[in-house]
Amino acid sequence: MKKNVAQEEAFDTSEKLKRFFKRWTGPALVAIVLLGLWETLSRYYDAYLILPPPSSVAEYLWYAIADGTLPGAVLVTLKRLFVGYLIGIALGIPLGMLCAKLKVFRDTLGLLAMGLQALPSVCWVPLAMLWFGQTEKAMLFVVVMGTVWSLIIATQHGVNSIPPIYVRAAETMGSKGMHTWIHVILPAAFPNILGGMKQGWAFAWRSLMAAEIYVVILTGFGLGQLLHYGRELMEMSQVIGVMCVVIAIGLLADKLLFSPWENFLRKKWGITND
Amino acid sequence: MSVHKELENVAPSKLSVRGVNKVFHGAQGKTVALEDINLKVDEGEFVCLVGPSGCGKSTLLNLIAGLDKPTSGKILMDDKPITGPGRDRMVMFQEHALFPWLDVMGNVLFGLKLKPNLTNPERREVAKFYIHLVGLEKFMHASIHELSGGMRQRVALARALAPNPRILLMDETFGALDALTREQLYGELQDIWQKRRKTIVFVTHNIREAVCLGDRVILFSPHPGRIAREFKIDSLKRPRDINDPDLTNYASTITAALKQHIGGSVAE
Repeated sequence: MKKNVAQEEAFDTSEKLKRFFKRWTGPALVAIVLLGLWETLSRYYDAYLILPPPSSVAEYLWYAIADGTLPGAVLVTLKRLFVGYLIGIALGIPLGMLCAKLKVFRDTLGLLAMGLQALPSVCWVPLAMLWFGQTEKAMLFVVVMGTVWSLIIATQHGVNSIPPIYVRAAETMGSKGMHTWIHVILPAAFPNILGGMKQGWAFAWRSLMAAEIYVVILTGFGLGQLLHYGRELMEMSQVIGVMCVVIAIGLLADKLLFSPWENFLRKKWGITND
Repeated sequence: MSVHKELENVAPSKLSVRGVNKVFHGAQGKTVALEDINLKVDEGEFVCLVGPSGCGKSTLLNLIAGLDKPTSGKILMDDKPITGPGRDRMVMFQEHALFPWLDVMGNVLFGLKLKPNLTNPERREVAKFYIHLVGLEKFMHASIHELSGGMRQRVALARALAPNPRILLMDETFGALDALTREQLYGELQDIWQKRRKTIVFVTHNIREAVCLGDRVILFSPHPGRIAREFKIDSLKRPRDINDPDLTNYASTITAALKQHIGGSVAE
């Protein structure tokens, strides 16, 4: 018996490995060829200043990780992003609920949200500098402004478009007030709210990068600043290295933050949010 | 409260609708949905409300459910006026209205969780009992979207029965299902009604369905919604089969009456 299970497991892993290789051999080959071409051309034309070869980008990444500047910058940036994003969600969902429920809010805050959502939140930086100085607060403010309007609009829209029959059914079972909001309206609006969370995340992430490149923050040295100093020092391997890290964080966030929820939607609703 | 006590069927209630009018004020002005409705339903009786769309039968069901209030007149349940929705009257809608974010168990538990004096393990046991009753024990943890239309309505039935209501209100519950599934559910509903006797008010526009299920069929005529006639279905034995020729004969008599009333109201 035991042997059988072990054999099956071994079979399973080898099958998985096979599938993995089948899926990724092609893309990996293409990547190797492109990187090789880039490396060769960059060296051949001696273009270290304008487009350094992958090997020197890798070298930069290696030393920047070893001496701690890169992990430090990643931490500073991620902290701003997460804290601001969470504040944005914590404000956006209840305010969106109010907009959905009360005309007063819909006609004031709802319209304001429509307008401000169209404004890239990096445009807030000059005012944020004036109000909060060159501090973390200013960066948080930019991230919150990137997140909150998307969430207000998505929540309002989500709540207003749930089938009324859900609430009626819940009422007949004795649900009312806050119970209905927490156990019926919010879960029913969740597919829309998740869409708003994704959009808010994208806005916040882009605006934070722009803000970090654009102004110097004295209280912490983020990824944007690292990229900015790469430019100041004409160190393009640093610029490209940081760009790679920014891409990696973006992809990873999507995978870690949103994939589980999207799988939940697919499993429960049978729908996708793409 | 012990589970055994909870699982005992409560006594069904009687209903009394007295002089009920319902007027809606919409964009096209005033619409009289119900005019002077008087109706008595006995304890444990299965009453079907039939009529063309716009005859106010669903409106009356919502009034009994307490989801809406009559413009005038009153509705009494065991001689007490109905003031709002309550666990003693559960509703089954045409679109099953199950919550997609919960599995079958979660949906059946929803109403039970709002019922006081039960522990959570007791609630789960009660939910399991009703999931068994509708024959879905293998699908306890399935997602709603994975179920067929008939299975969804069975979950809806389990969810409606779970809080142990005295009255069950069914609003074109089988309307969206295919004929075969519907026939199967007629049998199951009659069977379950024998085991868990409730007062049932069933809204439909399908006359054969009404004759198959009801002790009494109340015929509504539209514009304004009024009770036109009622038929006692006492000559057909239970459980009834929708394909029984006697039943079909009965249904054609009612269909003839319905046509007469619609014709009458159009001529007015």
